[in-house]
Formats: sequence, C-alpha cells, structure tokens
Amino acid sequence: MREVDLIIIGAGPAGMSAAGRAAECGLSVVILDEQPVAGGQIYRDVDRASALRGDILGKDFTEGQKLTQRLDHKNITHLKGAVVWQIEDGPRVSYTHAGQGGTVCAKRLLLATGALERPMPIPGWTLPGVMTAGAAQILLKQSGIACKGAVLVGSGPLLYLIGSQMVRAGVPPLALVETQTRHDFIGSLRHLGGALRGWRYLLKGAAMLWHLRRARVPRYVAASSLAIEGKEAAQAVAFTSKGKSRRIACETVLLHHGVVPNTQTARSIDIPHQWDEEQACFVPQCDEWGRTPKTDVFIAGDGAGIGGAKAAALAGEIAALDIACDLGQLTSADRDAAARPLRARLINERAARPFIDSAYPPYAAALAPQDATIVCRCEEVTAGDIRRMAGLGCTGPNQTKAFGRAGMGPCQGRYCGLTVTRLLADANGVSPDETGHYRIRPPIKPVTLGEIAAMTPQETKADSK
Amino acid sequence: MKPASSFRELTPAPESALADVRFGTRAVRLPLGENLAAALLLAGIMPFRLTPVSGAPRGPFCMMGACFDCLVEIDGVTRQACMLTVTEDMAIDMPAAGKGDGDA
Repeated sequence: MREVDLIIIGAGPAGMSAAGRAAECGLSVVILDEQPVAGGQIYRDVDRASALRGDILGKDFTEGQKLTQRLDHKNITHLKGAVVWQIEDGPRVSYTHAGQGGTVCAKRLLLATGALERPMPIPGWTLPGVMTAGAAQILLKQSGIACKGAVLVGSGPLLYLIGSQMVRAGVPPLALVETQTRHDFIGSLRHLGGALRGWRYLLKGAAMLWHLRRARVPRYVAASSLAIEGKEAAQAVAFTSKGKSRRIACETVLLHHGVVPNTQTARSIDIPHQWDEEQACFVPQCDEWGRTPKTDVFIAGDGAGIGGAKAAALAGEIAALDIACDLGQLTSADRDAAARPLRARLINERAARPFIDSAYPPYAAALAPQDATIVCRCEEVTAGDIRRMAGLGCTGPNQTKAFGRAGMGPCQGRYCGLTVTRLLADANGVSPDETGHYRIRPPIKPVTLGEIAAMTPQETKADSK
Repeated sequence: MKPASSFRELTPAPESALADVRFGTRAVRLPLGENLAAALLLAGIMPFRLTPVSGAPRGPFCMMGACFDCLVEIDGVTRQACMLTVTEDMAIDMPAAGKGDGDA
C-alpha cells in the first residue's frame, strides 16, 4: 500500500492550491479526484476548454490554468478519475481507479470536495430537461454544448454568469426568472460596506446584467408560485411575477438558488457539523487553518463554507501551510508569516459574501415545499410524506429512512438531506442543529465487488497500526 | 433518423472521431472520449432511465456525479453516465422499474 505525507480529495481550486503549496514545502502528495482532468466544477476541463472557448467562458474561468499548472510538481501524484468510497482512521482512503480498487495511507488528509447546488424542490423539478444551472455550465465548459430554449430560474449571480455565457455562445436563454425581491435587496444594504470592499464582484454582476439586457433577454423578478409543467419532459415554466401569472414554453429549465457545502465525505467520518443560518446550510467544524476536531483531517474550500473559487484557493494554501508545519517542514513562525498575506486576501475575497447572501436568498417556497412536491428524488418521497412522518413522531432524518426510504436511494441524501432536515425542524418546532442530518456511511460512492476483489493484497487493519 | 435535441454543439466533432454505440434498441454515433451523459443529450436521447419506484422518466440533473439521475446500465452494472466517457461499441441499457437494481 502506498504511503504519503498528504492525501487531498478533490482537484478543484482548494485541492490544487493546497497540493501546490504542500509540494513546495517538501511534502509528498496524492490527489484523488473523480474527474478525468483537473479543475473541479468551477474550472472544469480548464486546460482544454480555455483554448477552445475561452472567449465564451471568460477570464475568470481561464485563470484556473494557473492552478492546474501547480500540479506539475515531482512531489505530486494526481490520480485522475479516482472515486473515493471509504475513509478510515489512519487516515486511510479507499478508492476505485481504472476499474480497480486501491488504498492509500497518509499522515494528513485534506478534504476539498467543494460545493453542490442547493436542492430546489419545486413542482416538476424531477422532469427530464430540468437541470441545475451548474450542470449547464459543466456542459458548456467540458463539452462545448449549449442548452437551446432554456429558462434560467432562481436567484444568485451564477444565473447572470451562465446567462451571459449563453448569449456569447449565440444561444441566449429565453428568459431569466428570479425569485429574490426588492425587500431582499433593501435588507442586503446593511452589508454594503463589505460589498464595496468586494467591489470587483459587484462590478462583474452589473456588467453581466447589462449584457443580458442588451441581448434583450426578458427578466422577471420577485417570482413566486414557481412550477415546471410537462408530462414526459419539461415543457414550460409557470410563475407569478408582479401579480401576473405567466407561463413560458421551453425545452430546458436551469435551476439555481445558491450552492451549499458538499459535506458527504466529512460526514462519513463523523466530523461534527453545525447549522449556518446566514447560508442556510450545514458547515463542518474546523479552525482558521481548516483543521477539524479529528486533528489529522483538514477541510478547505467551499466544502467548509461557501466562499467561491478564489477564497477556496487561498484556504487550500493556508491549510497546506499548517499541515507542513505539523509534519516539521515549516516552523510555526514561518507558517504564520506565509499565511498572513493569504489571510488578508481571504478577508477581501469574502467581503462581498454577506451582501450577496442576503440580496440573493434561497427561494423560500423551495426550502419548505408544498406537500405534493418530491423532495427525495431517488425514492420519490414528497414533502407531505416527510411532514406526515413528523406527525407520527419522526424527529430526525435517519428515522425518515425507516418510515419511508427518504435518503436511501443511490444519491445517499445528497439532494434531499437539507430539505428533509428543514421540513422536520419546522414540523417539530426545533432547530436544524437539533434535528441533525442523515448519517452517511461508506461506501460513499458505488463500488462493485469486482473492483474490491481486484484490490492489491494488503495488511489487515490491525497490522497497519 | 437523429431525434431533435434541446442541446447544441458549438464546434461539431469531426466524423472520424465518432463511436458506434447502442442505447436500448437504438444505434447512435457519439464523439469518442466525450462525456457520456453530454454525448447522449446531444444525440437527443431522453429519458436516460425510468425510476424504480413509479417508472417516471429521468435524465441528467447535476452533471457532476452527485444526483444519480443519469444512471444507465452498462454490461449489467448501473453507472452514472456523467462520470463516464464514450468508448467504441458501448452497449447501454435503460434502467427501468422492476428491471435491474436501481439502488446501485
């Protein structure tokens, strides 16, 4: 079995920059990443896509190449297409790579598993043709595929970004249907100070909106009563805006109302999480270096709380410095000196976040969906089912599994966990923290018996201690 | 005949780089090495599967390996289409109610 100083899970901005810094400090690093190429979701396939369609995707995207270049270091082994399915004490990580199981051990483990789209359960969201806005971005970045006849629905700057990229690609969206209200905007002004420090983000947002307006993409705000209509596939988006009922016929619906930390890996090793009211999601417990209560495990990037790609890259470097110090490659004075400028930049990167979070809150009706709406996509469990379970005495998400299979399908609660917690918390009149989240158990990704059987022989767990 | 697709390729793949693939009873030609879910979408394939619970049609939702809605069956193994690349002679079946193990 291979043994290294540091294992990093995820080759997005946090994972790539952490690997780069750790390698420069003299640590041996293995990066395990599910994707066939480095970049994560935000910089998906950046090396290839920049050359082919950098003009459509923009400079914020092509800049990701600076991070992929850092992986070219003799101390870094990047296992592309490696699917992690189990983490044990050690830390010891089991994965599948090229159809074969493998195991790697390290002195430290960094989880850089990024974010997921916040689940947006509205009527019709399971129909073919409905995707996340992030999915549309991935199609564009990785495959050069644009969605035709698409309506963008939800809230947040990502909708403006994908909308303006679609305009540049020559396939503009049919409409932009936004759920945030004027009231949200006025409320967000209390964070204007921070927003002005993060002025670059505001300027970019304004430029993208201007671009959409100039392309004559119709924009509806304060939309409510959202529903996607269709039988075999999405055919239209229906909603109410400014007191008027509207219906837009379309082929594709792209949903987005923010992203949330992908906590699946951290939860599988019992890292404690707490509810973050500002971002309406669970975040793992870690210190200013990203160190969790399991002291040999660190978390960096959006997986530790949403901050965006640039903040993630800085957090990755900061975690790498502390890990290098742990392993005797840096003195604590050198670590602190190297971290100081990074922290200053991190504060700036995060400055606009409270403004963005309150100006573009999640769509309220998707946080507490109507009874008939499916919340667990895999097992087709509705919000009404969850409320009925609460009425029968169900207090936590784990019990919903026994009551009615919620969270037991192949996605293992990734796209229903937050909704189920929220529904139970509301129904039982307790906090999300008290309600808790699904217990996540390995395998955290599917693995076949054949892949396990093909694993190279290794010592037993007892021997390796 | 190629079915209508809701997706458009910005730069079409050259003919030489296409692989012959079977999806259910249909023969389709997909760009070799391309992400399988993306290639099937472009070829107008929809749905990818029917749910084991109600038989409802589903297709790709997240494109990043998290939602498991793009599941397809390859050589009897249920797999995420968005996590695979197109290879020559790929034989794909559609997971459906009462057929195969949708729980993966």
